[in-house]
Amino acid sequence: MSAGAEPLSLRLKVWRQDDEGSDGRFEKYDLAGISADASFLEMLDLLNERLTLEGKEPVAFESDCREGICGTCGLMINGRAHGPQQGTATCQLHMRQFSDSAEITVEPWRAAAFPVIRDLVVDRSAFDEIITAGGYISINTGAAPDANLTPIPKEAAEASFDAAACIGCGACVAACPNSAAQLFTSAKLQHLNLLPQGQAERWARTEAMVEKMEEYFGSCTNHGECSVACPKDISIDFIAWTNRDYIKAKFNNRKLLGGR
Amino acid sequence: MPFSADVAFPPSHKSPSAETRLTLTAHKKPPDSNRRRIPLPWPLSIYQSAVGKKWVMAITGIALLGFVLAHMIGNLHIYEGPIETHEYAEALRDLGGDVVPRTWLLWAMRSGLIFAFVLHIHSAFSLTRLSRAADERYRGGRNYIAANYASRTMRWTGPIVGLFLVYHLADLTWGHFNPDYVRGDPYHNVSASLSNLPVAIWYIVANVALAVHIYHGAWSIFQSLGINSPRFNRLRRGFAGLFSAVILVGNLSFPVLTQAGVIDDGGDSRVGEASSAPANLVSQTALAEQPVE
Ligand code: HEM
Ligand code: SF4
Ligand code: FES
Repeated sequence: MSAGAEPLSLRLKVWRQDDEGSDGRFEKYDLAGISADASFLEMLDLLNERLTLEGKEPVAFESDCREGICGTCGLMINGRAHGPQQGTATCQLHMRQFSDSAEITVEPWRAAAFPVIRDLVVDRSAFDEIITAGGYISINTGAAPDANLTPIPKEAAEASFDAAACIGCGACVAACPNSAAQLFTSAKLQHLNLLPQGQAERWARTEAMVEKMEEYFGSCTNHGECSVACPKDISIDFIAWTNRDYIKAKFNNRKLLGGR
Repeated sequence: MPFSADVAFPPSHKSPSAETRLTLTAHKKPPDSNRRRIPLPWPLSIYQSAVGKKWVMAITGIALLGFVLAHMIGNLHIYEGPIETHEYAEALRDLGGDVVPRTWLLWAMRSGLIFAFVLHIHSAFSLTRLSRAADERYRGGRNYIAANYASRTMRWTGPIVGLFLVYHLADLTWGHFNPDYVRGDPYHNVSASLSNLPVAIWYIVANVALAVHIYHGAWSIFQSLGINSPRFNRLRRGFAGLFSAVILVGNLSFPVLTQAGVIDDGGDSRVGEASSAPANLVSQTALAEQPVE
């Protein structure tokens, strides 16, 4: 449908900031002849090529896989995390989503826990902290087990897989008016908590990850903004399950681990 | 990284090795690292977490919803007339009649409600503070897609309802604002207060705020408590809409129908139980000015 579409002229408003400590500002760039088939990141590449040729500092942004699986490329585009198209990461967004002579505002994720490193790049290591707190299974796996040795109900497997689709991009936090990380944390919790292999450490994991999350992020008020921003369409049902698991964990850990 | 057999169980989730910690957080500390300053013993520790506070907010929210519904339905006695309204008010004081002394059960319910309000408001303030500290403003603004008007105004509608509640008690329970207040005659007091147009408008505004608060709150409860099942999930929105609509229609009927003259005792209290109360004298005077029937 878009093949052969007219090239676009755009006015970009891009956030520039030298480092965490310094003040940032928007800078405007006019771009012409951008193919409607270019991805958003390719469009930024073209901008950077031009800036480099002009002897200016290119815009710092992050990307790796450019196919929606690594989670590094998140940008706030016209006030929406990952831009106007639902269910895709910034790298999967194409310029055909924008009209000719559109003004596009590009900002980094903003949350106290995601400090800006430079321009559009933020430090998401608060997410790593949450994973480090318990987002793993510490069992000795030994040799490969027989297939079907551990039966898993189809529904549980599918729900777990849906949660496991989280790429840790941070869009849920970026889109949330509370900067809450409930969607990320619950996805990382539930893909393990739903499976037999995740049961042994379920309660310790739940308490540890939720409380680590609360050290960095805000409190969920059930807006649902995270789920529509999420490139993997992760459901807020996982947040509900996590809320329940957390209270159960507060009871079970007391019994099992003597926790507070 | 493969684990060797000497992994401790339960694994120490709480403390990643000092080395990992250093590489991960070398340049920043949690924005809210000081929050859990004094760890309280279980089960108070649950309330120290944000998810725990949200549970408390939801459970107290359920109690408040129950109260708001019962209060609205009970007040419909007004449409039966002054005597019936008075009898209903008396019946509330007589609750638990033969078993406990008069008004004890009413006071027990009132205490529970006050407790619920205090916890609901405390958790609301505390979580709002947490979120304010965690969020940062987008210079170009943030577009909202899923968040609705109700969910985004909870921190306004809540305090409006709270302020209204204080006014409402002062007005109709303590009789501070109404020179024509007659203790023990709620019909008369409602009629006297709500026939005043600014007061009626304030009641309407506050009850619209309450309904908007409930529209998000009654949905939000399910999420906060983790009550989630594909069997009824799609009914939650409808439940919240219906609940807030019922409360809205019932509560708005009182100021609207007083203004329309349906609730009106002509300024004449017929059930002044404490006939020597000074407040009653005022209405006796008012009575004297009425043409004698
Ligand atoms: C009779 C009056 C009230 C009722 C029926 C009521 C009901 C509710 C309900 C059901 C919730 C949802 C709880 C949850 O999701 O876990 C809620 C949340 C909330 N309430 Fe109230 N509430 C009332 C009064 C107040 C007052 C006086 C305040 C004042 C500070 C307040 C502030 C809040 C806030 C800030 C939230 C959280 C909003 C959110 O998480 O999105 N409420 N309320
Ligand atoms: S839950 Fe979705 S939005 Fe949040 S980090 Fe994971 S993939 Fe990104
Ligand atoms: S670059 Fe990997 S998800 Fe976008």
